[in-house]
Amino acid sequence: MLLDKFEPMSRVQAELAALGIKPFGAVTEQLLSATEGVVEGRRVILAGTNNYLGLSFDPRCIAAAQAAAARWGTGTTGSRMANGTFAEHLALEAELADLYRVPHAMVFTTGYAATQGMCATLAGPGDVILLDADSHASIYGGAQLSGAEVIRFKHSDPADLEKRLRRLGERVANTLIVVEGIYSMLGDTAPMREIAAIKQEYGGLLLVDEAHSLGVLGDQGEGAAVAAGVGAAVDFFVGTFSKSLGATGGFCATPHAELEAIRFSTRAYIFTASASPSVVASTRAALAIMRAEPELRTRLWDNARQLYDGLKALGFRVGPNPSPVIAVTLTDRDQAFAWWRRLLEAGVYVNMVVPPASPSGDSLLRCSISAAHSRAQIEQMLAAFAALRTDAAG
Amino acid sequence: MPDYNSYVQFICNLLQTQQKSASRPLSESTDLIADVGLSSLQVMELIEKLEDHFDLSIPLNILPNITTIGDLATQLHSLKH
Repeated sequence: MLLDKFEPMSRVQAELAALGIKPFGAVTEQLLSATEGVVEGRRVILAGTNNYLGLSFDPRCIAAAQAAAARWGTGTTGSRMANGTFAEHLALEAELADLYRVPHAMVFTTGYAATQGMCATLAGPGDVILLDADSHASIYGGAQLSGAEVIRFKHSDPADLEKRLRRLGERVANTLIVVEGIYSMLGDTAPMREIAAIKQEYGGLLLVDEAHSLGVLGDQGEGAAVAAGVGAAVDFFVGTFSKSLGATGGFCATPHAELEAIRFSTRAYIFTASASPSVVASTRAALAIMRAEPELRTRLWDNARQLYDGLKALGFRVGPNPSPVIAVTLTDRDQAFAWWRRLLEAGVYVNMVVPPASPSGDSLLRCSISAAHSRAQIEQMLAAFAALRTDAAG
Repeated sequence: MPDYNSYVQFICNLLQTQQKSASRPLSESTDLIADVGLSSLQVMELIEKLEDHFDLSIPLNILPNITTIGDLATQLHSLKH
C-alpha cells in the first residue's frame, strides 16, 4: 500500500505521545525575547534556535521589516523571473556580493532552496558531485536531483577528499566539491585551508555552505572560508538568512559571471514566489549589524565557551572544540527522550536529534548558543544538565 | 584484476570477520540487510572499506541497485573494469 512506508514514523510518534513528550514540532506559544519563550506550556530558555547573534528581536531589524511591509505590502505574489523582483531583492544581492568581495549574488526564498537549487543546477548528468558525508539533507537532495554522479567523502577528511579527486582523473574538471563551514549537528568547523589547498591542486569547483558559520566566523561574519583566509578558493558561497540573520531565505555569492545564467536555470529560484519585502528588509538590517558589530561574535563565542566548558566539566560527551552548536551525544535514544523532557521541565529547550538526522547511530541533545544569552541563562542551562547527572546517579 | 567471484569472496570474508556468529553461510545471494542484518549506517561503513581496499569510489546513485553480496560484487567489478 502506498502509505505503508509511513508506519514506522507513526509508531515513533505514538511512542512519544505515550511518554507525554513532543520533541519534534514542539509548539512555541509565546516569544518573550530572542532567548526566552513559552514552549509546550512552559516558560523556557531557548537553547536550540540557531539565533546565533540574537537579531530576531533587534529593534532595527523589526523597524526595517515594518517599514518595508508598509511600503511594499506583505508579499511579492510572484517569482523573481516574473513580477517578484523588487529593488529590495537587488539591494540585498549587492550587499551580499560586497560581503564576499565578488561581483555576483542571488537570493533565494529559503536556505533549503539555495543549497538544493545550486547543487541541483550546477551539476548535471555526466558531472560529479563530491560531497562531505555529513552534508545537510538539502545538499543530498539537490545532488540527487542534479542527475550527476554523487560520491561522498569521509566527513572533514581532506586525505579522503584528495584520494577521491585523484581517482576521478580528468573528470575533476566536471566536479563540484561541496562542504559546509560549520556542520549543523555537531558544530564542528570544516578544515577549510586543507580543503581549499586540495581543490587548488586538483581542480573542480568548490561550493561552501556557510549556513551555520555566517555571522559566527570571520571579521565581518563571512563564514568559515573567509575566516580561514581561503575565500579566494571558493567558487560558490551559499548560506541562509534563517540563523544569524534572524529571518528566512538563502543566497549564493560567486565570482563566476555565469551566475546570471544559472539564476534562470534554477527551478528552486524560478518556480516559487520571491521572499517577502519585510523579510528582505530585516535581513538587510541584520546583515549590516552582523558586519558592523563584531562584539556580537565575541559575546557569542564567550557564551559558547561557557556552556561547552561547563558541559565538559559535568562529564557530558560533547564535540572536540567549543562552538555555537554544542551537541551532547547519547547512545541510548530512550535516555535522550527522557532527558529532553527533564530539560524542558527544568526550563531549558534544546533540540532533540535522533538517527537518521544525526550523523551516526547516536542521539543528540543539540544546544545552540546566542550572543543574546546572559551568563545567568547559561548557568541555568548547566544546572539543568547537572540535574540530569544527579538524577542518573540517584 | 579480480574477477566477480573474487569480489564475492572478499565481501563474504569481510562480513564474516565482523559478525561474531554468522547465522548462516554467506554467499552471493545473501541480502545485506535482511540476512546479514546491516543497518544503513553499517552498509555505508562496509562500502567505505571496500572503496579503500579496491581504491575506487562507489557513487551513491547505484546504492538502490545493491541488495545482495552479488549485487555489490557486480558493481565493484564494473567500476574497477
